[in-house]
Amino acid sequence: MEYTFQFGQAFMHLPYLLGGAVLSLEIAFIAFWGGAVMGLLGAYALVYGGPVARHSAQGYITFFTNTPAVVQIFFLFYALPEVGIVLSSFTAVTLGLMLNSAAYLADIQRAGFLSVRQTELDAAETLGMSKLQMLRYVIVPHIARSIYPPLSGFFVWLVLGSSIGALYGVEELTGRALNVATENLRTIEVFLIVAAIYIALTLAASLSLGLVGRHVFRVKGGLLR
Amino acid sequence: MIEHLLSEIPRFFTASNVAFLAAAAGRTLLLSVAGCVIGFTIGFALVCIRQTHSPWLAPARLTAIAYIEVFRRVPFLVILFLVLFAIQVVAPTASLFTIALVGVCIVSTAFLAEIIRSGFESVPRQQIEAAEVMNFTRLQTIRMVVAPQAWKVILPPAFAFMVMFIKDTALASQVGVVELTFTGKVLSNRGFSATLTFGTILLAYFILSYPLTRLGRYLEKRLATSRH
Repeated sequence: MEYTFQFGQAFMHLPYLLGGAVLSLEIAFIAFWGGAVMGLLGAYALVYGGPVARHSAQGYITFFTNTPAVVQIFFLFYALPEVGIVLSSFTAVTLGLMLNSAAYLADIQRAGFLSVRQTELDAAETLGMSKLQMLRYVIVPHIARSIYPPLSGFFVWLVLGSSIGALYGVEELTGRALNVATENLRTIEVFLIVAAIYIALTLAASLSLGLVGRHVFRVKGGLLR
Repeated sequence: MIEHLLSEIPRFFTASNVAFLAAAAGRTLLLSVAGCVIGFTIGFALVCIRQTHSPWLAPARLTAIAYIEVFRRVPFLVILFLVLFAIQVVAPTASLFTIALVGVCIVSTAFLAEIIRSGFESVPRQQIEAAEVMNFTRLQTIRMVVAPQAWKVILPPAFAFMVMFIKDTALASQVGVVELTFTGKVLSNRGFSATLTFGTILLAYFILSYPLTRLGRYLEKRLATSRH
């Protein structure tokens, strides 16, 4: 069968699509930082909390890492209105991804907490460092170096994950691609362009996160992971 | 609210609905297992190609690298839509399940290849050089030196990926495959409470993936101790 590519039809809508890419990044950004703060609390509970805090944090992580984000968001979007909580599609998607990333980020940050060894803290104390100096020179650099690579990898994953917003009518990159495709029926062309935008977006994110990691947190290894 | 939900439960869990859900869970599982098996096989082949050094195979090596880098950076949903529309040009009669399976394999190949590669790279360089000195062919090196040591590094993240993957197949509902998520939408459209339907679907996914998570964690512990 023959298929004639007509990219012109799709390129016309490039500014509109790029606007969607900004929204994709926005969703990923909010979900990441919200999830990071929730995850920090979760990791703290896992490492230093009592039995109740530990078990509820562990239960939360187990539940959210073993069920699909798509269905979680369906639940937020369709089931919550039954108890009178109506969320907009943007809020439901961002909240769903945030709750989801909180589980993963808690796990990552827990590993960071555990990477600080008692002997190193003892050494710092022997050197006469104050609590604040210990935090500044020993604990934070250590945690940052060990959790930075998985954190930046997770952000890239979230940028890709934000594409499920299209299922609920959020007009991020994939959602706008669907809009354009239903209008001009050049689906393959539009989605090829969108795939290229995603590749550019995630490459730029990995590269800039990698540079920051190398220079600020002294992370070793290649820039692109 | 609670009483309403409770009263709906006997109507929801009828024999036909349960059979519908079970069939859907089977399809979700089939999609993930087939995707992972095929993805692992092709991914392994890609990594073997990346390990070659012959200048004749340089284009094949570049293709393998480009494939792995590109398909790990495009959302699964976008790949699914591309496959859905591209296949209609090539094979208009392909079933929706086939379409979803192709999409699933494209993604799993890229991710599993990357996992396999990091496993291969965990094997010390000297051992491969030693094998070369002893006149092993490249295939023999992989079969007798690299693979027996690499699989311990490969298995734990491969299991983690498979758990991720069971969840990712939820997106196949978007191209119309009747798997768990699609079933949830159908049941909720039939008028059952969304809380009950999607709660059940969440539970079904949990039942599918939790044992795998546990198995993966168990293997990780077992293999981590045996490695030293």
